[in-house]
Amino acid sequence: MAAKKTKSSAAKVNKDELLSLYREMLLIRRFEEKAGQLYGMGLIGGFCHLYIGQEAVVTGIQSQQEPQDTVVTSYRDHAHMLACGMDPKGIMAELTGRIDGYSRGKGGSMHMFSREKNFFGGHGIVGANGAIGTGLAFSHKYKKDGGVAVAYMGDGAANQGQVAECYNMAALWKLPILYVIENNKYAMGTSNKRSIAGELHKRGEGYGIPGEQVDGMDVFAVQKAARKALDHIRSGKGPYILEMMTYRYRGHSMSDPAKYRTKDELNTMKNEHDPINQVKDMLQQDGVDEADLKAIDKEIKGIVAEAATFAQESPEPDEAELWTDVLIETDAA
Amino acid sequence: MPTQVLMPALSPTMTEGNLAKWLKAEGDTVEAGDVIAEIETDKATMEVEAVDEGVLGKILVSEGTQGVAVNTPIAVLIEDGESVDDLDLSAANDAAPEASSDDAPASVSSSDAEQVLGADVKDRDILYAQGKVIEPPVFDEAAFTDTAECTVRVALRDAMAEEMRRDELVHLLGEEVAEYQGAYKVSEGLLDEFGADRVIDTPITEHGFTGMAVGAAMNGLKPIVEFMTWNFGMQAIDHIINSAAKTLYMAGGQLGCPIVLRGPNGAASRVGAQHSQCYASWYAHVPGLKVVAPWSAADAKGLMKAAIRDPNPVIILENEILYGQSFECPTSEDFVIPIGRARIERSGADVTIVSYSIMVGKAMEAAAELAEQGIDAEVINLRTIRPLDRYTILESLKKTNRLVCVEEGWPFAGVGAEIAALCMEHGFDYLDAPVERVCGKDVPMPYAANLEALALPQPADIVGAVKKVCYK
Repeated sequence: MAAKKTKSSAAKVNKDELLSLYREMLLIRRFEEKAGQLYGMGLIGGFCHLYIGQEAVVTGIQSQQEPQDTVVTSYRDHAHMLACGMDPKGIMAELTGRIDGYSRGKGGSMHMFSREKNFFGGHGIVGANGAIGTGLAFSHKYKKDGGVAVAYMGDGAANQGQVAECYNMAALWKLPILYVIENNKYAMGTSNKRSIAGELHKRGEGYGIPGEQVDGMDVFAVQKAARKALDHIRSGKGPYILEMMTYRYRGHSMSDPAKYRTKDELNTMKNEHDPINQVKDMLQQDGVDEADLKAIDKEIKGIVAEAATFAQESPEPDEAELWTDVLIETDAA
Repeated sequence: MPTQVLMPALSPTMTEGNLAKWLKAEGDTVEAGDVIAEIETDKATMEVEAVDEGVLGKILVSEGTQGVAVNTPIAVLIEDGESVDDLDLSAANDAAPEASSDDAPASVSSSDAEQVLGADVKDRDILYAQGKVIEPPVFDEAAFTDTAECTVRVALRDAMAEEMRRDELVHLLGEEVAEYQGAYKVSEGLLDEFGADRVIDTPITEHGFTGMAVGAAMNGLKPIVEFMTWNFGMQAIDHIINSAAKTLYMAGGQLGCPIVLRGPNGAASRVGAQHSQCYASWYAHVPGLKVVAPWSAADAKGLMKAAIRDPNPVIILENEILYGQSFECPTSEDFVIPIGRARIERSGADVTIVSYSIMVGKAMEAAAELAEQGIDAEVINLRTIRPLDRYTILESLKKTNRLVCVEEGWPFAGVGAEIAALCMEHGFDYLDAPVERVCGKDVPMPYAANLEALALPQPADIVGAVKKVCYK
């Protein structure tokens, strides 16, 4: 079964690393569940896209990155921020539209950034993150800082023209960029079968960009592929495409009942391929105490509860905030 | 402690819903993520998942109930050893936002004919954003006495070269900017001086390379993006507006985008509808952008340098016909024209003509003709479209009491429409005649030479409009 399969790709993983991956993925899941709950209470408004089910992708890739690397993604972005080490309190407070949010309540779920953690958003226009990520890579090359840009996008975004334009430039100029396509099988409600010709990991072939399809539900498979891709990029050989086959358990956004897929399909993924349970099974097979796992669960719950409380207690932005940050103030010449 | 399960909002607009079905019964164990109920929203039937784990202690709203308000308790979850009666029904209150004090607007004072030196105003950008009338930024243009004649093309090139020498983060990219030396030869010699790492030929891929440059700017580089013409820049308008202009705001001030986007704008000569269009009002519409439109070589040099030094995204609307025209231009490397400051090109007492880019030249021609007919026109060269130098326009209006604005773009929601609104809102009592607009005709640009000339504002049209506001 699933756990058996992951055994092989996780052959050399030690217990501490297993625990760390388990902890990070669990934080994402519990955070997202809490966000869903706060949305249900009307505390989070607008669009809210949850990452539940896809946790192994960002966790596995981030675990292989260097501190100087940069990250950009689409609007399904809470997990990427957590993986980059951004504070759950600041993220949740942005979701509730409060002053202590990462964007002072002016960005919302889809628009958060952290210069300190090299996280460049949070973009609501499908495919824009591919081009912006290519620009981050351009800046790494220009500054010769040894960084790699990791640009996440969905399977829907991979069809955008600007992504193809960027593959061309990134390959032409050997830009240090890892394009991660998070293929969760549905571009909103449209199945891949009805929207994608060919295979997404092969879309770079014409440009000479290597690509690989990976089991994105298996965090060790993700790690292994990321390591290989990042080595390739860091050695100066240019871009790489990883197509992560993954699955979101929830709808596209909170208001999507996801009627375009069967219950069986969802339950099969949940019951047989869940990224967190796969790691949990391994930990149990390794003889980790149930009490230790419970302790991690409790700790994560505490972090998420604290974030939720913080996000509700933080005040709304002052009305004067309406007018700030439109332009950077400049001295009169 | 027992936990209440509340009726969730499951769409941005949902206020109530129907509890269609319970999938768990009282006494059932519930894990986080389990589907416990189905509810019907205004859009669809949705599943409710448990967030907390425990035992479903009590169902408070039975299935089939219609019109259950969001946040109504629908069930109670208890942990081992608890009873439903332990529930504390007190609700938490959100902190209320506090009201803020208003920023005091700078007052407008009437002054004499000559353009004021300017003023330092705190929070200038906020005041501009609020449409307040404030004095333009300080600039003593008369101090730049050393000048030499040069073309607009050379002025643009020199400004870029000077700024590239000054700051290694500044680089130029676009189609044909390097080896070809620029489709209109604006970047001539830059590749030789700065090399291929800083002067970069791109594929014909505006959407992609503009998005790329925006990303690079977010990470601290200072790109100058050349569009072969702004008509092609329309392919990239999403990144200009959604990615470059809005990010500072969406990031709560954390992350800016110091990028310059430039290229020839408006009609050239006989190139037809798809290559002849003015984008001034398009980009001036957008908060988070600055938009400049040089006319003379001095404008071109001073505004280009200001744009490159500005930490915000700046649009430079150049003009192909002007590239080859020569003007006296200050030679100093410190000649930086503050963005947001217009220039009075010709002082006059009877009527104000406001214009920008190539139409400033047409306005000057019209003013010369008007002078022969005994009408003394003042010509304002806007230089910057956004933020608009409202102060200089209104001070001129107070003096002349009549105003004509001239632009190459279409009339609907154009720059002239904005200036007319400004005069009505802030200069109503000074107007002796309705503001007159001279615009490009409201048609796609025709190819035939006679029709193209008809479509574009000509000095005779400006003369006619001036006479109309002067009732002559």
